[in-house]
Amino acid sequence: MGVALGSSARAWRLGGMLGMYRYKEFAMANRKGLMLAAAICALGSFAVIFPAHATDDDGAARAERWKALQQAIFGDRKVHDGGGVIELDAPSRALDAALVPIGLHLTGDMPIKAVYLVIDNNPSPLAAHITFGPKADPRSMKLRVRVNEYTFMHAIAETQDGKLYVTEKFVKAAGGCSAPAGSDDQEALKDIGRMKLKLLGDFAAGKPIQAQLMIRHPNFNGMQMNQITRYYTPPRFIRSTEVTYEDSEVFHLESDISLSTDPVIIFGFVPHAKGKLKVAIRDSEDATFGRSFDVPEPAT
Amino acid sequence: MVGAPLLSRRDVLLGGGCLCCLPGFAASADSSTGAFATEEIAPGIHIRRGADEVATARNAGGIANIGFILGREAVAVADPGGSLSDGARLRETIRQVTKLPICYVILSHVHPDHIFGADAFEQDKPTFVGHTRLPYALAQRGEYYRGRLDQILGKGKAGPVVVPTMLVSDRAEIDLGGRVLSLTAHPTAHTDCDLSVSDRQTGTLLPADLLFVRHVPSLDGSITGWLKELAALKALPAKRAVPGHGPAQVSWPSGAADLERYLDVLLRETRQAVAKGMEIGEAVQVVAQSERGKWALFDEYHGHNVTKAFKELEWE
Repeated sequence: MGVALGSSARAWRLGGMLGMYRYKEFAMANRKGLMLAAAICALGSFAVIFPAHATDDDGAARAERWKALQQAIFGDRKVHDGGGVIELDAPSRALDAALVPIGLHLTGDMPIKAVYLVIDNNPSPLAAHITFGPKADPRSMKLRVRVNEYTFMHAIAETQDGKLYVTEKFVKAAGGCSAPAGSDDQEALKDIGRMKLKLLGDFAAGKPIQAQLMIRHPNFNGMQMNQITRYYTPPRFIRSTEVTYEDSEVFHLESDISLSTDPVIIFGFVPHAKGKLKVAIRDSEDATFGRSFDVPEPAT
Repeated sequence: MVGAPLLSRRDVLLGGGCLCCLPGFAASADSSTGAFATEEIAPGIHIRRGADEVATARNAGGIANIGFILGREAVAVADPGGSLSDGARLRETIRQVTKLPICYVILSHVHPDHIFGADAFEQDKPTFVGHTRLPYALAQRGEYYRGRLDQILGKGKAGPVVVPTMLVSDRAEIDLGGRVLSLTAHPTAHTDCDLSVSDRQTGTLLPADLLFVRHVPSLDGSITGWLKELAALKALPAKRAVPGHGPAQVSWPSGAADLERYLDVLLRETRQAVAKGMEIGEAVQVVAQSERGKWALFDEYHGHNVTKAFKELEWE
């Protein structure tokens, strides 16, 4: 699994972009490349907005890239057209490349066990792998991601019986990866692991409800320069987010350097009575952050 | 090789002022050499009104309000402009007015439309003055801005990144001979490195991009911080102010009313969107839409402002 999240996290620790060598299109496998990326990237979060960095990629090159990614992630498994199964909601032009809101919506009747989000042109393309547990309402999930340059995004649904369905969207954005997490690295780490949970609306027992989980974490991706030292801030990002309700799984998210600073995840779950929604997070430094939220008595 | 890239207004957002409102400017915008028209808005304070446009090869980045202040012994430049040629033309304009040495070049904040003309004044060996956080901001973004300006304006038109040699962390004064300018380094507001200038002698405030008039504001710092700093600026005993974008001068503090209304609406409606559990993408569609039509370049900046405000306010 060339782009398995766990191994790419390790690759980051060991040698920065080394894990990315297999994608020859990424000319940022060395320091110089990183600096170039940093320069190109400074875009999204700066209010003085320049045109996004358009690549010279033509359609054929993009298709080729996706083919390679598909092979790396799914091997020889057939990937079907996702029409009527999965929809990917993303702005065609992002307002802030460091914070691109993404919606993953399941529209069919087939039971889905997992969803993948691939940002083809990002340094680490597999941005998220979500598996759903028995307490999930998987129909709608929202994330915020960084986008490094004009790219196709692919969302793939995996059914319980192992079939894959894909949909794609082209997103014009650039610079999200090197946009600084804040003006001060230490400041950004101060609050790390703080969480907030908000239930979006009232619920009744056994009926699905959406919830918003906010996590303070700089999600340093190794492409952000510390302005004072001029060194790149070492990567430190959330690798896994596990959410349970009454100790039964809602979802498990494996993520990578593409999640935005201070990630916000909107997800659905099905509460039956008042109970505890627990969140367990592990980052690339193997630091863990846990929080338990009381979900009140359902409305009757 | 990028020739003369054709960039849509939506694509290239640098900030600007309304060209169409100023007769005579449009003609001069085409040429990139020679002195340009300035207005003496108060005795010894000369302002070039920037175009309400985004930076293009045609306007050579001359989109911010920039100018100079004359003392008895020295000249201070308050913002050197958006490109090497913008700065050079400002210098020529100064030389038509006075032979006094240009001793100070004030860099109001990190945005390129204000400071990339600085190198045109290198020959004068001035003191380059900036906010104490400006060097960090330049380290972060300077080369990136320059690279983009190379593509937009043409290679080498931007000039090198000039780092301030005099840093202001709170307040400072510079003496031009019979005229003392007060400098204030602000906490995070429009950006995290805003420096304002005030001239007590004429009651003139130069807040640069802490004040936008007609041209939609661009938020790159903190919405709550900006409102706070704006309130403090309004309390200053100034009669007039020079917006960073918009007319060359407005009366003060009444000239802050539109900006304050915009920021208030943005703050209030973004907070409401957060409280309703909206995601950023939805908030961008609905927040402060009542302001559309009241500002030039609204569509170019507003969505980004909402995103920025949302990120700040959702953790309150």
